[in-house]
Amino acid sequence: MAKTNAELQQIATQVRRDILRMVCMAKSGHPGGSMSSTDILTALYFNEMQQDPATWRRDGKGQDIFILSAGHMTPVYYSILARNGYFPVSELASFRQMGTRLQGHPSVRKNLPGIFQASGSLGQGLSAAAGAALGKKLDKDDNFVWCLCGDGESEEGQIWEAGMFAVFHKLDNLIAMTDWNGKQIDGPVEEVAGEGDLAAKWEAWGWRVIVADGHDFDSIQQAFALAKAGKGSGVPTMILFKSEMGHGVDFMAGTHKWHGSVPKPEQLEDALKQLGETPLGDF
Amino acid sequence: MKKYTDTGKKDTRSGFGAGLLIAGKADERIVALTADLKGSLKMDAFAKEFPERFFQCGIAEANMVGAAAGLALTGKIPFIGSFAEFVTGRVYDQIRQEVSYGKTNVKIASSHAGITLGEDGATHQTMEDIALMRALPEMVVINPCDYNQTVQATLAAAKYEGPVYLRFGRPSVPNFTPEDEPFVIGKAIVLNEGSDVTLIACGHTVWESLLAAEALEAEGIKAEVINMATIKPLDEEAIIKSAKKTGAVVVSEEHNLAGGLGEAVSAVLARECPTPMVFVNGQDKFGQSGTPSALMAAYGLDAPHIAEAAKKAIAKK
Repeated sequence: MAKTNAELQQIATQVRRDILRMVCMAKSGHPGGSMSSTDILTALYFNEMQQDPATWRRDGKGQDIFILSAGHMTPVYYSILARNGYFPVSELASFRQMGTRLQGHPSVRKNLPGIFQASGSLGQGLSAAAGAALGKKLDKDDNFVWCLCGDGESEEGQIWEAGMFAVFHKLDNLIAMTDWNGKQIDGPVEEVAGEGDLAAKWEAWGWRVIVADGHDFDSIQQAFALAKAGKGSGVPTMILFKSEMGHGVDFMAGTHKWHGSVPKPEQLEDALKQLGETPLGDF
Repeated sequence: MKKYTDTGKKDTRSGFGAGLLIAGKADERIVALTADLKGSLKMDAFAKEFPERFFQCGIAEANMVGAAAGLALTGKIPFIGSFAEFVTGRVYDQIRQEVSYGKTNVKIASSHAGITLGEDGATHQTMEDIALMRALPEMVVINPCDYNQTVQATLAAAKYEGPVYLRFGRPSVPNFTPEDEPFVIGKAIVLNEGSDVTLIACGHTVWESLLAAEALEAEGIKAEVINMATIKPLDEEAIIKSAKKTGAVVVSEEHNLAGGLGEAVSAVLARECPTPMVFVNGQDKFGQSGTPSALMAAYGLDAPHIAEAAKKAIAKK
């Protein structure tokens, strides 16, 4: 049964708590982008994706496939997977520690359920997602392939190679999403690389483009429905989610400074107070 | 010495094309991708027979590697084809992340490798690709010597579960290995037994080594010739056994010294039984325009140079 917006909000709050506690325990990691994409991935995994932790397999047969192209967003990814039942929530405490299955960037070599492909070297996930979408077409498997990219990441040329390939091969079972938070590690995207209007660029590339509010569950889920309605059009869909880096904590929001930085203990305390506790409980 | 007959010159890339078609008929999981080099890679027959399993990627190699990884993720067995330089150096990180670290069952079909690419010159002539692929954990690296062996190596790569780098070339070269000899990954083939010196080679220098052995025989020198078509995993046992027997080793390859077969063999011998060695390779240079045979001679990779290297190795004993 679909979760209500209030239920999704509760999960998202808990996921943001997880993200902050994970990076603080590991004393490393990327909280900023994780917090801007939290609501998107919460809605995707808890309400939208055809997936089941109990029967998950890497080849994704009979289920949706998700590829995190912006691989540094592991804090949100691992929390979402754990909260969804892919592995024990308690394992989040091992994030980035020696011997962990929760590597700094997603690994397929640690037997961690839910991870379809290694990622982290930016700009590559959309190609793998396109290939997987092609594989599903060959198998006449009606499920979707989802891919989350960063806007900073989209400075990589390979993203645009994949964009051309997906249109040419008519991959209407591919739904790409961009966490359009406007920030990257060195500063605002417009000051680092002048990426320009992503919507106009993807439209020019021949994609169906949907722009949505990445922090509004109605907007997010309407975008998903609209994207899925593109099946049969022969055209891939890109959802550009307008979002805010560090969303949910006042001193982290809207700045690039928390892309890959870790709050101090007193800052963590402040942040957790702002987010508030949830009945789901911390790991 | 054992006699080998050239049954008619053929290019090894055509061996790949033929092998791909056979493999594709035997296993419907096999798919093929190219970055605008379908004709050069001899993938036309596969593309014609299986249009729904052939994917043109355009001149966008990085995406081709990623797309192949995605196809492999869903259970397909993708062969990606391009020139050696563009399917290694240009996309090293993509191969490392998506194929190698990502553990996807992708086969990298690498044509026009080495100096014998010829007239296009140094931009296209990679003599560094073996080094790059050898450096990747678990990557299988194969460089067959002629058309027949390339057909068989392609079939072996298709059956092997895991990433394979399959290297072959552009020019027509003697075709002399048995048509029906199954390729065993990681197994060296002793083409000729000898007691004075061991000539280890891969790819196009295997035939040159046989010619060198013939010339040496005329001078009373018995050369053992080993076709080391699998560079990784390396058949260490075969190397040690032969080196202990002959006491002198020459390794020839259409590749630079750094990271190539020669260094791989020397690492085994240094560890297990230090043996005088001489290396025949592109040394530390870029190529240039010219015909394949002129380039092989100019870069010291042909039979006369290998024979001379053999004498130098023997003199070091």
